[in-house]
Amino acid sequence: MAEKRFNNTLPLLGMICRQERLQLPLWLAGLAGFTLIVAISFTNLYTNERELQEIAQSMINPAVTALVGPGYGIDNYTYGAMMAHQMLGMTALITGIMNILLITRHTRANEEDGRLEMIRSLPTGRLSNIGAAMLTAVIINLLLAVVIGFGLYTLQIESMEWEGSLLYGAALGAIGLFFAAVTGLLAQLSESARGVTGFSIGILLLAYAVRAIGDVSNETLSWLSPFGWVLGTEAYVNNYWWPIAVTLGTAVIVTVFAFYLNAIRDLEAGFVPSKPGRKHASFLLHHPFGLAFRLQRTGIIAWGAAMLMFGAMYGSVLGETESFFEEIDMLQEFIQPEAGYSITEQFLTMLMAVMAMASTIPGVMAMMRLKAEEKKERSENLLSLAVSRNKLMGSYALLALLHGFIMLSLAGLGMGLAGNAVMEESLSVWGFYEAAVVYLPAMWIMIGMALFFIGLSPAFAGVTWAYLLYSFIVVYLGGLFQFPDWVTNLTPFGHIPQLPVEDFKLAAAAGLTGIAIILAAAGFISYNRRDIEG
Amino acid sequence: MTVLQTKQLTKKFGSFTALDGVDIQVNQGEVYGFIGPNGAGKSTTIRILLGMMKATQGEAEIFGKDAWRKAVDIHRDIAYVPGDLNLWPNLTGGEVIDLFGKLRGNMNQEKREKLLRRFDLDPEKKCRTYSKGNRQKVALVSAFATDADLYILDEPTSGLDPLMECIFQESVLEAKQEGKSILLSSHILSEVEQLCDRVGIIRDGKMIETGTLQELRHLTRTSIYLETKQPVPALAEQGGVHNLEIKEDGVSFQIDTEYMDSLFQYVSGFGIVKLESAPPTLEDLFMRHYEGTSEGGPS
Ligand SMILES: Nc1ncnc2c1ncn2[C@@H]1O[C@H](COP(=O)(O)OP(=O)(O)OP(=O)(O)O)[C@@H](O)[C@H]1O
Ligand SMILES: [Mg+2]
Repeated sequence: MAEKRFNNTLPLLGMICRQERLQLPLWLAGLAGFTLIVAISFTNLYTNERELQEIAQSMINPAVTALVGPGYGIDNYTYGAMMAHQMLGMTALITGIMNILLITRHTRANEEDGRLEMIRSLPTGRLSNIGAAMLTAVIINLLLAVVIGFGLYTLQIESMEWEGSLLYGAALGAIGLFFAAVTGLLAQLSESARGVTGFSIGILLLAYAVRAIGDVSNETLSWLSPFGWVLGTEAYVNNYWWPIAVTLGTAVIVTVFAFYLNAIRDLEAGFVPSKPGRKHASFLLHHPFGLAFRLQRTGIIAWGAAMLMFGAMYGSVLGETESFFEEIDMLQEFIQPEAGYSITEQFLTMLMAVMAMASTIPGVMAMMRLKAEEKKERSENLLSLAVSRNKLMGSYALLALLHGFIMLSLAGLGMGLAGNAVMEESLSVWGFYEAAVVYLPAMWIMIGMALFFIGLSPAFAGVTWAYLLYSFIVVYLGGLFQFPDWVTNLTPFGHIPQLPVEDFKLAAAAGLTGIAIILAAAGFISYNRRDIEG
Repeated sequence: MTVLQTKQLTKKFGSFTALDGVDIQVNQGEVYGFIGPNGAGKSTTIRILLGMMKATQGEAEIFGKDAWRKAVDIHRDIAYVPGDLNLWPNLTGGEVIDLFGKLRGNMNQEKREKLLRRFDLDPEKKCRTYSKGNRQKVALVSAFATDADLYILDEPTSGLDPLMECIFQESVLEAKQEGKSILLSSHILSEVEQLCDRVGIIRDGKMIETGTLQELRHLTRTSIYLETKQPVPALAEQGGVHNLEIKEDGVSFQIDTEYMDSLFQYVSGFGIVKLESAPPTLEDLFMRHYEGTSEGGPS
């Protein structure tokens, strides 16, 4: 090749591996460990054929299908079929996130910070950097596929044979590569790393939502989503390999397109031209709160639209669930029916918990922005003016609270409006809304925790995400596994009364709010005492 | 021999013209100073020369090779120092220098050690903890430790202390003695004066002047302090005289170079007691060229 577009890719790959020597092994261990532990616990939870069939019956309804995907091999619900049904979709989602973060770090973030300029002044090809990033993704996803594939097989669980296990691993690796490619493409289009992550995660969630709607209402739709493809492998049941080929093929095409765009564009440019902005600051920018809002405006609008859609989507699934249960009247283990409430309403509470946690993400992100600003040495700019630390941190905290509240409200309303429209015996829209906002105290704890760590030391702020992920797994899987009480008690989301099935508990709400206030107060105090880092 | 050349280089960002027919030529073994006001287009030109941006029109060549298509080949023999360098927070300065050296493939270990000592840089610190000046030193050490043929330096000394500035100048002169060529963009005029053989001035994306410092000085005024036995009548009305000021014992003014001769013939008739002439400072020269920059640039 005359232009030597990939010159020196391998040394850059080595460089990326050096930088990732901690992060990627942690992701790998986490994903693989989680998968294997769940597989083992299935064998402990369900010890005989009858129990397996019971759980199979409880899993086949539109609400569960929307959440985890369609089940295959239901009439012979083996451990393998159960794994592929209940775990593959969600693990694929997390694998996607790992890849999005990885590729953004080494493409647009590198470029935005000016490091790529230096690399490009060396005898490296135009595509060497993105090539090295994609190679890293290939390696980590291959490792993931192999470790999980072999790992599942070596557990020697009945029905989890060789081919199915490998296919299970391959499905994860393939979806990982797919989202690595998508992120690589978006890194060419958007000029900021934040934009790349935001849009990529947006596409990830959209793809998951398309699959959910498709699986419930129209199967063809599911085939438009990469999640539909990897779940369509029917691992452990029919073991189709061709969806893997489709996923990888698409990933290759997307990658080639990303490479092409990378090769023709200017360094640090995107494909969306920037237009001249305002000459003077609008009234918003007269206060740090206004600045915090202005910086995140696009994100707030995008998240708002997404949460409304997300809510409406699950709301409409409730209608399907209701009619489904009218046809088959069978008692479920998945959700213990409580007197006086329909099974559909109990699904509602589970979906609400998921949406509450989804709404917490933007709230915590808004708080975390303070940490990013500090890291880029922009907090200094404000603090050197007549802005106190309390005012700065308070502005971000207020924005985070409002942001989270609005997102939760939109999700609740979306679900209420759609659910109310499709269900025959339904709660009022207000009832839905109540069931959503009751989660506010749990959200406050998460935001308070982010605030606490930012105050203490920004380096630890990531713990908040780990805690949210823990909460998600516990609540999401709480219906499946009988976790010990303390496991559920460790997450604030486990203490929220599940309206309308349970009654509102003032004590719980007050307790959680109290903890949030204590965390926040501690955060403010230490933020005032510590050094501002650069 | 020409090492670097642009011909009618033009770059547009949307409808905004950042570069408008820029011609530059750097010859082997010379230090070329590339100067101009903020936003004039220096960094844009350099990024095109490095193959990071594609010219809208015109040619950019280094070592006779196209800067965009042959970027990799060219980069083997050049070293670039940007004005603001962000490094990987979790790698040490030493690691970064070695990485750059390995990629360029022509690092001189001896020079590396020597430069680390000279620039007083601790290579064991993580880049996250370097000060602005120390980050800059990482780039400088890495550049001068390579046996490159051409050095492209874009405000390389921003953030350096005066002692380090001196060491930087030594390093440039050493490279020049070895027959290397250097393109130096800088706002520090003393640096340009000390180092550059030729200077090109760019403003609003157009080259407005090129030449040796000597040649450029001719374009400007000399400051004169003069005492005469009898007062000189109608001095202000003489051609080429500017900024006349009456001092205690004499006068001070500035004179356009081309009027020097006629003026001194005129004043010599009044009995010169004392005459001091100061060559035009580079500042004067640049001020004259930089002024009149329209705010929004050309369009
Ligand atoms: N990616 C871009 N998009 C739009 N305009 C740009 C872009 N990059 C540079 N410009 C514009 O091109 C002009 C030249 O910029 P350049 O960075 O080359 O200036 P410079 O001479 O290096 O200035 P300085 O002395 O401040 O470093 C400026 O007006 C700048 O705003
Ligand atoms: Mg510049």
